[in-house]
Amino acid sequence: MDRPTEQVLPRNDSKAADSPTPGDPPVAARTRVKIGRLRIIASLSVIALYVVAAVIGPILLKYDPVATDLGSRLKPPGTLLPSGHTAIFGTDQVGQDVLAQMLQGARVSITVGLATLVLAGVIGVAAGIAAGYFGGWLDTVLMRLADVQLTFPSILLAIFIASILGPSVVNVVIVLSISNWVTFARVTRSQVLGLKNRDFVDATRTLGARTWHLMTRSILPSMIAPILVVATVELGHVILAEASLSFLGLGTPASTPSWGTTIANGRDYLSNAWWISTIPGIGLAILVIGFGVLGDALRDRFDPRLRSM
Amino acid sequence: MTAYLFRRTLFAVFVLWGAVTVVFLVLRLVPGDPAQLILGSDATQDEIARLREQMGLNRPLVVQYGIYLGDVVRFDFGDSYRYHSDAMGLVMGRFPLTLQLAVVAMAIGLVLGISLGVVGALRVNRLADRVVSVFALLSQSMPSFWIGIMFILVFARQLHWLASGGHGGFDRLVLPGITLALPLIAILIRLTRSGLLDVVHENYIQTARAKGLSERLVIFLHAIRNALIPIVTVAGLEFGKLLGGAVIVETVFSWPGVGRLLIDSISARDYNVVQAAILLIACGFVLINLVVDVLYGYLDPRIRLGR
Repeated sequence: MDRPTEQVLPRNDSKAADSPTPGDPPVAARTRVKIGRLRIIASLSVIALYVVAAVIGPILLKYDPVATDLGSRLKPPGTLLPSGHTAIFGTDQVGQDVLAQMLQGARVSITVGLATLVLAGVIGVAAGIAAGYFGGWLDTVLMRLADVQLTFPSILLAIFIASILGPSVVNVVIVLSISNWVTFARVTRSQVLGLKNRDFVDATRTLGARTWHLMTRSILPSMIAPILVVATVELGHVILAEASLSFLGLGTPASTPSWGTTIANGRDYLSNAWWISTIPGIGLAILVIGFGVLGDALRDRFDPRLRSM
Repeated sequence: MTAYLFRRTLFAVFVLWGAVTVVFLVLRLVPGDPAQLILGSDATQDEIARLREQMGLNRPLVVQYGIYLGDVVRFDFGDSYRYHSDAMGLVMGRFPLTLQLAVVAMAIGLVLGISLGVVGALRVNRLADRVVSVFALLSQSMPSFWIGIMFILVFARQLHWLASGGHGGFDRLVLPGITLALPLIAILIRLTRSGLLDVVHENYIQTARAKGLSERLVIFLHAIRNALIPIVTVAGLEFGKLLGGAVIVETVFSWPGVGRLLIDSISARDYNVVQAAILLIACGFVLINLVVDVLYGYLDPRIRLGR
C-alpha cells in the first residue's frame, strides 16, 4: 500500500491543542494560555471599538432618520458631499450618509443586545436557580417548558410574536428575551445541581442561613463565570437575531434604523449602489465574530466543560 | 423500544399542543382586538362586530380555546382574505418548494460539512485545519440574509452566472441552497473534526492500523463511525431549523415557499395564513425531531434505555 503518501491522523498533539487536559506538558499549557489571552485581548479590543463608536459616533456624525438630500443620493464611498463632509462609506437612496447610519445602528443593536441579555439572563438565571435548588415539580415544569421551546425554531416564535406586537425597540427586546432565556436557565440549573451540596453551601446552611441567602450569597457568586461565558456567546446570537428581524421589517421601527434595516434598504439598489448593503453587513459580521471568539476564549479559560453549549 | 417510541411520540404531541396554545394565546391576549388586527385600522365598527361574532370572540376564553383546538385538529384555519381560499391549503401548496430548498441545503451541508471536517481532523493545527476553522467561524457569524444579498450582488449582478431569485431550474436553487446551508456546514465541520479527533487514541483505531489498513480506510471504515451518531442527531435537528431559516432565505431570494408566504401574509395582516404557516412549519419541525429521536434510539441503545 502507498502508505508514505497517505495523510496520517496525528496521534499525540491533537488533544493538547484542542481541549485542555490536566496531564498536558507545562510548555504546551503555557503557549495555550498565551494564545487564549491574545484571543481575549484581540476580541475585546474589537468589541470596545464598537462600543466607543456607538457611544461617541452619533454625537460626532449626526444622523437624522427623516432627513432627505436628493442631490447627494447613491453616492459611492469617499464622495465629497455638497454639505462639505466626505461620505466615507457612501450615501443611501435618500442621500443619507451610510457611516452615520451605521453608527446609529451600532447604538441600536448593542442596546437591544444588552437589554435582551439582561432580561433573558434575569429570567433564565432565576428559573434555573429555582429549578435546580428546589427540584421536584417546579424543576419538571420549568425544564419541560425549556424542552418544548428548544424543540421549536426560535426565529419562528420571534417572527410570530413580533408580527403581532408590531415594530418597536421594546418589543424586539421582549421577543428576543422570550426566545433566549432557555440557555441561561439550563446552564444555571446544571451549575446549581453541582453546587448545592458542596461543603461551603452546607456550612452556610448549618450556620442558619435561609434559602434566599444561600441562593444569592453562596450559590450565585460561584457560578458567575459560566453565566458570563454563556452571556458573551448569546450576545452575538442576539445581535444576529435582531438584525434578521429588522431585515424582515419586524424589528426596530424606521425611526431607529438598525444594521438589518439599512441592509434591507440597500437590497433594491444592488446594481447601482452596492455599498449600502455590503458595508453595514461587514460591520455586523465583524462584531458577531468578535463576540464568538471572545466567548470561545473565555469558555476555554474559565470553564472548558461548557464546550457542548 | 416500544416504550421509548411511545414516550417520544407523546412528547411530540405535547410540543405541538404547546405550539398551538402559544399561537392561540398570543393572538388573543396581546393588547388590541384580533378582529381589529385582522381587518386593519380602516375597518368600520360593523365589520369588526361581524368578524368578532364569526370568530367567536364574544364567548369566554376557554370556550374559544376549545373551538380553536377543534378547528386545528381538522386543519381548519379559516380562509385567507387575500386569496379567498382555504389558508391551510394555500400553505400546503407552497410547502413542497420550502422542502425542496431545505433538502438541497441539507445535501450541500452534509457533503461540505463532513468533508471539510475530515480535512480539518487530518491536518490538525496545520494550515488547512486553520482555514477550515476560520471558514466555520465565518459561516456561523455572518448573517444569512446578508450573505444571500452578497451572493446576489456577486454571482447574479456582477458575473451574471446565476439568477438572483424566483424559482425554476436547478440553477435557481444553488445560491439559496448554499446560503441556507452555511450555518449547518459550520456545525458539521466542528462535529466531524472533534468526533474524529476523539477516537484517534482509541484501541480499535490502533488495531485497525496495526492490521495494515491504509489510513484512508482507517478513517472512512472505522473512525468516522464514531462521529456519525452525533452527526445524525444534529443533522436531523438542523433540518428542522432549516425550515425556520428558510423564512429569511426565501425572502432574500424571492423563493415562493412557505416562508415567503408567511412574511407576505404578515405585512398584509392575513393572520389566518400566518397561523397556518407557523403551525405547519412547527409541525414539520416536531415530526423531524421525532424521526431523529427514533433513529437515535435505534443507533445508540443507551439513549432509549435512558442511561
